[in-house]
Amino acid sequence: MSASIIALIPLVPLASFLLLGLFGRKYLSAISGWIGTLSLMFSAGLSLVTAYNYFFVSGKVNGVYQQITLAKFTWLAFSPEVSIDMGLFLDPISMMMIVIVTFISLMVHIYSLGYMKGEERFATYYAFLSLFTFSMLGLVLSCNIFQIYMFWELVGVSSYLLISFYFDRPSAVAASKKAFIVTRFADLGFLIGILILAFGAHTLDFKTLIEKLTTATPELHGMISSSFLGLSALTWGLLLVFAGGAGKSAMFPLHIWLPDAMEGPTPVSALIHAATMVVAGVYLVARLFPVFVMSCPGALQVVAYVGIFSSLFAAVIACTQTDIKRVLAYSTMSQIGYMMFALGVSGYSGEGGLGFTASMFHLFTHAMFKALLFLGAGSVIHYVHSNEMKDMGGLRKYMPVTHITFLIACLAIAGVPPFSGFFSKEEILTAAYHSNKAIYMIALFTAGLTAFYMFRLYFSIFWNKEYHAHDESTDAHHGEAPWTMKLPLLLLSILAFAAGFVPFGQFVSSDGHPLASEFHLALAIPPVVIGLLGIILALVMYRGQNNLSEKVSGLFSYLYQAAYRKFYIDEIYLFITRKVIFNLIAVPSAWVDKNLVDGAVNLSASMTGETSELIKGWQSGKMQQYAIWFFAGVIGLVIMFVCMWY
Amino acid sequence: MIGVPLTHILFLSTALFFIGVFGFLTRRNMITMLMSAELMLNSVNINFIAFNKYLFGHQLDGVFFTLFLIAIAAAEAAVAIAIIINIYRNYQSIDIDDADTLKF
Repeated sequence: MSASIIALIPLVPLASFLLLGLFGRKYLSAISGWIGTLSLMFSAGLSLVTAYNYFFVSGKVNGVYQQITLAKFTWLAFSPEVSIDMGLFLDPISMMMIVIVTFISLMVHIYSLGYMKGEERFATYYAFLSLFTFSMLGLVLSCNIFQIYMFWELVGVSSYLLISFYFDRPSAVAASKKAFIVTRFADLGFLIGILILAFGAHTLDFKTLIEKLTTATPELHGMISSSFLGLSALTWGLLLVFAGGAGKSAMFPLHIWLPDAMEGPTPVSALIHAATMVVAGVYLVARLFPVFVMSCPGALQVVAYVGIFSSLFAAVIACTQTDIKRVLAYSTMSQIGYMMFALGVSGYSGEGGLGFTASMFHLFTHAMFKALLFLGAGSVIHYVHSNEMKDMGGLRKYMPVTHITFLIACLAIAGVPPFSGFFSKEEILTAAYHSNKAIYMIALFTAGLTAFYMFRLYFSIFWNKEYHAHDESTDAHHGEAPWTMKLPLLLLSILAFAAGFVPFGQFVSSDGHPLASEFHLALAIPPVVIGLLGIILALVMYRGQNNLSEKVSGLFSYLYQAAYRKFYIDEIYLFITRKVIFNLIAVPSAWVDKNLVDGAVNLSASMTGETSELIKGWQSGKMQQYAIWFFAGVIGLVIMFVCMWY
Repeated sequence: MIGVPLTHILFLSTALFFIGVFGFLTRRNMITMLMSAELMLNSVNINFIAFNKYLFGHQLDGVFFTLFLIAIAAAEAAVAIAIIINIYRNYQSIDIDDADTLKF
């Protein structure tokens, strides 16, 4: 594969963005959806070919997958060693990611043809989708840590644009600002982390950086021995990079933007907030994984604990939410937490590196079934015109395709064999079991919660009470969904079922050697049992109409209230920003700005004004007065010179 | 010619110069002010001629300067009169005190 062909994978969506962004609304609005979809089809086909070529033809040398850098050119050189390069980085995880990103994006493009039909800013929507796809593909193909940072910000911008797509809704505007500010805040940490790593290792290139920081080099020694506040420079750098990743991946406590980001159109939630953008943080940690695991296990421990805590935390909240998209948002956060702690408990090579493979495997399967869940939820919302569970129920008769595909996705995320989620979750739990029993127990409990809240969602939407349309005139006019919306659901449900059978360890592992995944029956049974328990519990509580759920929530009333209010995290943030930061920092600095800074400027202006008021009479407009002053000046000069000479 | 000393000529030119200054500062009519300015220029001319004759009798530099000054004075008079005509068209007056709009 020549580099220029691979470069087309991100560049075709960019071209489509430019075309639709510049001319879409005026000239192309009728065919804009097809332009975006076709360009994505091209990209997806190309990335499949590229990935096939990498995995089966050219990527392997002596049984080890190589990291290949293509089409690298120096964009900005600070010194001979430290330079910002642009290039394409090919390794197993980037190949896997381009396939996921282009495929999910293609599904979302096709789905949106139906979902967004008749939207006034249809072309703009597709332009933004293309921009997002371009940025995400650029992110995963980056060969330089600064290049990844630039695409990282582009992803942030495009997600901001998509969340605020309905910018006439104040809540959407608030959500997009929140997402942008929170992730931007985290990206500040990322930037500082990059600078620390670049300063210590004298390079920005991923390959060199990893080489330098995993072998005994003077740079590594220097970074370990220099310390700040008790932590070494390397730990600081990696933790700050992880902070950036945690912001994008919605890890506690930077998760607050994700549920609100559901204000965007539902296909966007499927694309960005489920399948691709939020896994950027996991991808980043995976990219620097050798450095984490070989040189700084402490930072990896932090990754593991943040991951497992976010996972449990989000699962508890998801059990209480009533907006179906919010339930899915919290389940995303929980699953991303799974991926994070799987990385955190992983070792580097061989059997110990199972966690890395499992994490990437879960990323892969999660992308499929979570996109399916969101698209299914989108078609439910499209039909019901509401996000609230109480407006739904009994929809299985009205939406058979959505019902079946949603059920498949729920079974997959609940980890029921032989659906895809079972395989990846089993691998993660195995890795956790061999590394840290406490994390294993919490993860097992979270798996049960996951099954419970997913089936709570499923039963509430499709079973429970009979569906009554509120207003016949608006609800009854269309059927379940157009074929453009059903086709992605069907394709994704096939993959959500079958993705687990991919022998993933053969392709993706932390050190490039194929990893033979062993199946441990003893370790596979507990998650399945606990998952089935969760499903049965949900079946009992939500299958029919009863007041069991009220009774249970009454039993744990404090916990229920706290979880329903998302453990008051938003309130804590508001308290900190409004009361602490606003009163203690913003108000005094506003006073300084208004009085001292503005005062100095105003003082100089008013002094100039006063002075000119005093002397402006000199410019009288009378010629002869000027002449008098002139002669007086000449005479004065003459007198002065005469006095100086004698 | 021998009987006229340099000081007499200098006295004459100084008197002429200050008559010009006085006229320039006191007359309101622009034409008169222009004439006063010409007086000042001519007093300078006289100075040039006198110093040339009494100090550097074998040279002609002062005479050339005088010729230049006469040419410049002619050009200046042409420009000044053009300005005065324009001012007259705007203000219907050639009184210098009426043309005082260029101020704060």
